[in-house]
Amino acid sequence: MLAKRIIPCLDVKDGRVVKGTNFQGLRDMADPVEMARFYNAAGADELVFYDITASAEGRNLFTDILRAVAAEIFIPLTVGGGIRTLDDFDRVLKCGADKVSVNSGAIADPSLIGAAARKYGDQCVVLSMDVKRVGGQFCLFAKGGRENTGIDAMEWAEQGVSAGAGEIVLNSIDTDGVRQGFDLEMLDALAQRVGVPIIASGGAGNKEHFAELFAHPGIDAGLAASIFHTRQVDIKELKQFLRARGVEMRL
Amino acid sequence: MIAIVDYGVGNLYSLVSSLRALELEAEVTRDPEKLRAAERIILPGVGAFGDARKKLDATGLVPVIRAEAKKKPLLGICLGMQLLFERSLEYGEHPGLGLVPGEVGELRADLSGPALKVPHMGWNSLELRRDDPLFRYFRDGEYVYYVHSFYAKHCAASTLASSRYGNVDVTGVVRSGRVYGAQFHPEKSGDAGLRLLKAFGEL
Repeated sequence: MLAKRIIPCLDVKDGRVVKGTNFQGLRDMADPVEMARFYNAAGADELVFYDITASAEGRNLFTDILRAVAAEIFIPLTVGGGIRTLDDFDRVLKCGADKVSVNSGAIADPSLIGAAARKYGDQCVVLSMDVKRVGGQFCLFAKGGRENTGIDAMEWAEQGVSAGAGEIVLNSIDTDGVRQGFDLEMLDALAQRVGVPIIASGGAGNKEHFAELFAHPGIDAGLAASIFHTRQVDIKELKQFLRARGVEMRL
Repeated sequence: MIAIVDYGVGNLYSLVSSLRALELEAEVTRDPEKLRAAERIILPGVGAFGDARKKLDATGLVPVIRAEAKKKPLLGICLGMQLLFERSLEYGEHPGLGLVPGEVGELRADLSGPALKVPHMGWNSLELRRDDPLFRYFRDGEYVYYVHSFYAKHCAASTLASSRYGNVDVTGVVRSGRVYGAQFHPEKSGDAGLRLLKAFGEL
């Protein structure tokens, strides 16, 4: 049977991995290539790299890193951050990315999802969403979670999937960085609306949180950053723990 | 040398890198002479069957691939594996290369229950049905990485390994003579995938 996936996420700025809490207060962590090696050896099922650099210089540094990782790590690589055009897709796919995640770029130009899916296939297009409850409604946020678009997040996901998104990363701003567990209510709401794989992001603080997550059959993967980077949760131990709990895991 | 057929579909960076990591000499090429001179051939591919078949036809390499497949090991990966069959029913009907008996059909049509997602995407355990030199370094049940919405059917006689997805046995590895096909991506299947490629390099 298909295994549930454990995915560490590496936010890369100026060639270094950083990860903040509630999207603010970035803290330098480590070298991305070293970390990719470490996670691959630990049994990570996939790696996600977010390019959070703004400068052209930083962007070149990012593609160099991607190329170096793809030359020696042979698991799926997803890349996001600053993806606004088909040229951006092309740029990262040529450097060894397998999937490309779009967020603000798709909000600015929703036709990007369909155009990319037609050119590279649905499996290549990941729709990443930052979502927060506002007045009892799930609202889609843009610009790294700083700006409420006023768009209903569940509608947005449904439209994205019908346009060709092959997977969704749902990051709950409400639970991100709080380490009290994933936003299961929000994730269930999404699973009822779309039929593509769902990657849960935001809120993992310990192994139990992943066990709670995978008790929900509509969720395919759990993504986290700092708890893995700080070794608060070891991926190998986590996967053994989950398998012992009856969750299908690649070990 | 392993010739990787270049017909303009998909991203070959990881495939080339994985062979390089195994210290296997490989070249991405559409030169018929290089395919003839190669010790082994890999037919890669992602995307839609009909489109890929057109692009492959446009290279003029189809007769060369058919002739060389009788002389040396050939490995089709993902869509490259699907192209080996007699036909595909992906958005219409398209002829395949006819190197492996069977056809390619829609996974969704055979899955019972909407809870199973398509594409079949992620790590699934590969159950070996027959012994083969390709599995020299591979352990039964190891996980490999799949991404696909169509799959090979009516090919039981050629099936070496498969993965269970819901009620369907997804054809994982096929062999007919010296022609092999893998539905998953060995170049994205971590250490287990590398060991399959290593064995292919020794066939």
